[in-house]
Amino acid sequence: MTDPSLEALLSRSHALELLHGMLRIRRFEEKCAELYGQLKIRGFLHLYIGEEAIAVAAMAALEKSDAVVSTYRDHGHALARGISMNAVMAEMYGKRTGCSGGRGGSMHLFDAASRFYGGNAIVGGGLPLAVGLGLADKMQGRSNVTACFFGDGAVAEGEFHESMNLAALWRLPVLFLCENNYYAMGTALERAQSETDISAKARSYRIPAEAVDGMDVTAVEQAVRQAVAAVRAGAGPHFLELRTYRFRAHSMFDADLYRDKDEVEAWKKKGPIETLVPSLQQAGLVDDEEIDRLERAVAEEIAAAVAFAEQAEWEPVEQLLRDVCAPEPQ
Amino acid sequence: MTAAKATYRGALREALREALLADPRVFLMGEDVGRYGGSYAVSMGLLEEFGPERIRDTPLSESAFVGAGIGAALGGMRPIVEIMTVNFSLLALDQIVNTAAALRHMSGGQFHVPLVIRMATGAGRQLAAQHSHSLEAWYAHVPGLRVLAPATLQDARYMLPQALRREDPVLIFEHAQLYNMEGELTAEAAEIDIRSAAVRRPGRDLSLITYGGSLPKTLRAAEMLASEGIEAEVLDLRVLRPLDDRALAESVRRTRRAVVVDEGWRSGSLAAELMARIVELAFYELDAPPVRVCTQELPIPYPKHLEDAALPQAETIAAAARAIAKRHV
Amino acid sequence: MSEFRMPSLGADMDKATLVQWLVKPGDTVARGDLVAAVETDKGVFDIEIFESGTIEALKVGLDETVLVGTVLAIVRGAGEPAAAAVPEAPAAPAASPLPAATLPPPAPAIAPVPTTLQPRAKVTPAGRKRALELGVSLDKVSATGADGAVTLADVERAAAQARPGRTPGADMRSVIAASMSRSKREIPHYYLGTTVDMKPAIDWLAARNRERPITERLLLGVLLVKAVALALRDMPEFNGWWTEGAFRPSDRIHVGVAVSLRRGGLIAPALHDPGGMDLDTLMRAFNDLMARARGGHLRASEIADATITVTSLGERGVESIYPIIHPPQVAIVGFGSTVTRPWVAPEGAIEARPCVHASLAADHRVSDGHRGALFLAAIAGLLQQPEHL
Repeated sequence: MTDPSLEALLSRSHALELLHGMLRIRRFEEKCAELYGQLKIRGFLHLYIGEEAIAVAAMAALEKSDAVVSTYRDHGHALARGISMNAVMAEMYGKRTGCSGGRGGSMHLFDAASRFYGGNAIVGGGLPLAVGLGLADKMQGRSNVTACFFGDGAVAEGEFHESMNLAALWRLPVLFLCENNYYAMGTALERAQSETDISAKARSYRIPAEAVDGMDVTAVEQAVRQAVAAVRAGAGPHFLELRTYRFRAHSMFDADLYRDKDEVEAWKKKGPIETLVPSLQQAGLVDDEEIDRLERAVAEEIAAAVAFAEQAEWEPVEQLLRDVCAPEPQ
Repeated sequence: MTAAKATYRGALREALREALLADPRVFLMGEDVGRYGGSYAVSMGLLEEFGPERIRDTPLSESAFVGAGIGAALGGMRPIVEIMTVNFSLLALDQIVNTAAALRHMSGGQFHVPLVIRMATGAGRQLAAQHSHSLEAWYAHVPGLRVLAPATLQDARYMLPQALRREDPVLIFEHAQLYNMEGELTAEAAEIDIRSAAVRRPGRDLSLITYGGSLPKTLRAAEMLASEGIEAEVLDLRVLRPLDDRALAESVRRTRRAVVVDEGWRSGSLAAELMARIVELAFYELDAPPVRVCTQELPIPYPKHLEDAALPQAETIAAAARAIAKRHV
Repeated sequence: MSEFRMPSLGADMDKATLVQWLVKPGDTVARGDLVAAVETDKGVFDIEIFESGTIEALKVGLDETVLVGTVLAIVRGAGEPAAAAVPEAPAAPAASPLPAATLPPPAPAIAPVPTTLQPRAKVTPAGRKRALELGVSLDKVSATGADGAVTLADVERAAAQARPGRTPGADMRSVIAASMSRSKREIPHYYLGTTVDMKPAIDWLAARNRERPITERLLLGVLLVKAVALALRDMPEFNGWWTEGAFRPSDRIHVGVAVSLRRGGLIAPALHDPGGMDLDTLMRAFNDLMARARGGHLRASEIADATITVTSLGERGVESIYPIIHPPQVAIVGFGSTVTRPWVAPEGAIEARPCVHASLAADHRVSDGHRGALFLAAIAGLLQQPEHL
């Protein structure tokens, strides 16, 4: 790009997109926490607040035909992937109009249209699934990438290691995205891992890997773009360790006694929205009015999503047994 | 006999404390059992009292830490392993079934595994399809294991010491809906065994046979039936393997009618096993077809009204009982 | 579908009690068939049906008293399709808020699997077993159980209500036939007999009855029953039931007393714990039982729970009886008529004395002749000291 004004314009527009994406997730989840208190949302609710940069930047780097495998902390991934907020909120309520037909709830968001393969709530359970999706693409000669999200907790599971090995052995088009927020529920990384450099584990399987500041949305986007390009070009699996932090407790029913309050506060200052906004303001790319406009748009979208979820009918009990197996072939 | 206010959770914790105090070979390990206090807060405070050597937080590595429990038991320790829920125990199924359960036999009796594994089970909190299942029947299928389902404060408090006295692996299933149960702890330790079923309510008209988290629902159903003039005996299995055939046969012979209540799915379930045994043990005593109230055959759905509809409830238990109850003509 | 209602059998009949169903659901009936017996102030009447078809359901249970016009049964006309099972009304689709409280309970049972096999009459295992024990013909029992099955209570009720006036002799005959055939087929009987000197008992009885009005006199039969009951206390292997391939001794002693019914047939209702009664009480209980047996008012327990039977054909003038055990019991004691016979007294003198031949048939799976002999000797011994009975 030679025209600096065009570059600035594109960059501004893209930066605002990223900011908008992160604000949608942040405000949506804040609303979810409120609704949880009102008993509108039940079960487990794991909030992504603090980690928004990863979902927003990674999804920006993926094509529509790529596949995404997520975890039980999946709201951010789902929204950034393009599943409508209405469908996600209705799922949080358990309504038929939810993206999983109401059957999954917070931990089990799915969407076939955007190749969003859940919403997997057994730690490490999504990794072999992603390996298989990559295998299918490779065997059928498609150039898709499967992006597989998981946390630092999953790294302790055998499934992590088995999946790394298999993906590397068969050179499968899988991009492993480890969201390292330093705590597996209540257990700190250094109390769960003999080697805390997670990317080193991937490298030991001969998978190209690097650690990235997961709070820096542009850094994440750049790293994911490069990795996606390599995977798509047939270079086999790639691995990114995205260092981040969840600002909220593990789930709603967690007293968060295992983390130091100062530690949490320090990380909050490094938050992806918290750092992006001032840097955009300093660069003169965004003003308060623009931020207000974004916030209003997000608030409207959330209000509409809540209304959409509220007004939907409960699924009749008579349909309890649907979607267990396909109907018997005639 | 002294009675004290207690919760199921507190009773479990007290049992753990007692075991840790009594025997230096005993230690507790599992995911977040230490600093976090246990995902169901059962082990809260134990880290401070006993230290990180004996209250060991593990990585999320079910197969490894359950296997390590087996190895430690072989090596002379008396480990208590907590698996967060039965759903996650599937990652350790290989170690439990292929190693813990089989070692004594395949070593010709040279080795044995004095290991206690505790885990939460069951639905009812809208945790959907990967955190709600009742898979204890799978373990009750396996020779070499003893499977317990404490459903009362007394059992929560006094089953553990009995389990630790065993020379073979014992699995303890704690229904997640029971942790907050309050009541009075009255039993003396001597009254608690891990062999027999218990009649929790006498009744002459039919037997309601259940265990674990379904016991409170079943007792409520028995109350409802009593108000209609149907006197139901409630049999709490307590021990899912080996099953107390004698208690089962005696109950059904007394009442000649049986309703089996099981939060597992109907097909291939513990309920299926119980139905088979009722027929084997008391066919000629039966005065009505035995029936089952089980969880509907689907992964547990998230919305409350569908989850409720999928699970056994006091109303559905009472309805099944009414359908076969003795009519006083 | 049509309804079969309680008919009016007379202008002054407004209600009646259903005392017997002669049909059960699934039976084919033709116009004019007798389908039930009802009891009115004027006695028991068999009532007939006025259309042909299949009995779909019975609506009134035994001993229920209903007004004329009350639906007794549902009849499906010939060619009419069977009624489809009425499903539970589905709950209306639920709207917010959460409709948890209004959920219909899921069906507790597995849905029936259709087969091409002819349906069989439903009888519970316990009911079928008891029917065999009591010799009750199952097609004469009306059902009150789950799924329309005949239950144990139904069988016992039917047995208790098998009144002579109502049960055709042929039915009673078939009942006896089934029971006795089973006994001879399954039970390896052995037989023992001994002659008992009855002089002490008869003298004692005569002295005792001399001052009493006729209604309070004791009969020799109660002495015999009591002697058997007392002798059994030390002979548990003659007191109980053979079930499921094993002997189950009874801790109670209930002596069945064989009674010939005037219209033919035989029944052996139980005197409960005769060993625990004094003779006057036992006599009253005996009279009451005989009266009710002949009147058809026995209780189900009296039909079902005898632990041994005593049979006496003394009134018929036979000297000896070789009785057949009443299954699932394991022994029966017979007494012949009292006859005067020469008797060698202890001092060696020969006297004419009243004698009774006592016999025992017992189940060789449970006891042996040695014990049987001791049992008979104990009975004979007790009868020598009637004042202690």
